[in-house]
Amino acid sequence: MDRKKVSVFRREHFNAAHRLHNDEWDEATNFKVFGKCNNPNFHGHNYELIVKVTGEPDPKTGFVIDLKMLSDTIKEFVLEKFDHRNLNKDVPEFAALNPTVENISITIYDILRKKIDSNLDLQIRVYETPRNFAEYPAL
Amino acid sequence: MVYLTRIEHFNAAHKLYNPAWDKEKNEAVFGKCANENWHGHNYDLYVTVKGEPDPSTGFLCDVKILSRLIKNVIIEQIDHKNLNLDVPFMDGKMCSTENLAIGIWQQLEPHLPSGIALHCIKLYETPRIFVEYFGN
Repeated sequence: MDRKKVSVFRREHFNAAHRLHNDEWDEATNFKVFGKCNNPNFHGHNYELIVKVTGEPDPKTGFVIDLKMLSDTIKEFVLEKFDHRNLNKDVPEFAALNPTVENISITIYDILRKKIDSNLDLQIRVYETPRNFAEYPAL
Repeated sequence: MVYLTRIEHFNAAHKLYNPAWDKEKNEAVFGKCANENWHGHNYDLYVTVKGEPDPSTGFLCDVKILSRLIKNVIIEQIDHKNLNLDVPFMDGKMCSTENLAIGIWQQLEPHLPSGIALHCIKLYETPRIFVEYFGN
């Protein structure tokens, strides 16, 4: 039987505060590099998360992955952790990692990769604003 | 009468927390929005003004001037800020979208050029939640 790969996507969203800061730099360097994103009292975003899963549809169900299960997994392991939080202070993964949109997408990938069948490819896209977004892994 | 709208956007942190209440009551009323370490949003701000177009230009007002005004008077004060801590005009107020829209109206209105009136401040906190304030 001809097996074809298909990508399926689940879109979720979360709201969070963050700031961009490198502890090893002084205040002036931080401000120079990160600008207003360095504001000591944080700022925030409505993040949009798109989880892309690629594989061959299961002949028995026609599914690459049960999207309800994918949605539940994202909610349990990502949104519970990120939504209405301060990424720098409330999310342990960012205790020593700058919560840029790049690092957020890598972190979400690492969380979900362990939860999704290893036969399926996974790609994460995170929108920090409608105009700024990152994708990991880069293909 | 013509209505003209300029859309601007800003990003900010905030929390919903009434200092007169204990933590338990704040969490009961505001849920996860009461997170003590803040959360944040991409806000979209729609400023609508009204008036008669100038016969010599066809403009109600120069949109570039309106845009600059909103940026100077509002966006500079709130973009990439913590609404509870960094914004003087929200001092002592609950940082709800409702109160922020009213605050923006009060800041902006005195600066509008003569001949145009503020009609509406529409403020989106998320793509699915927004408020409108008409000044009364």
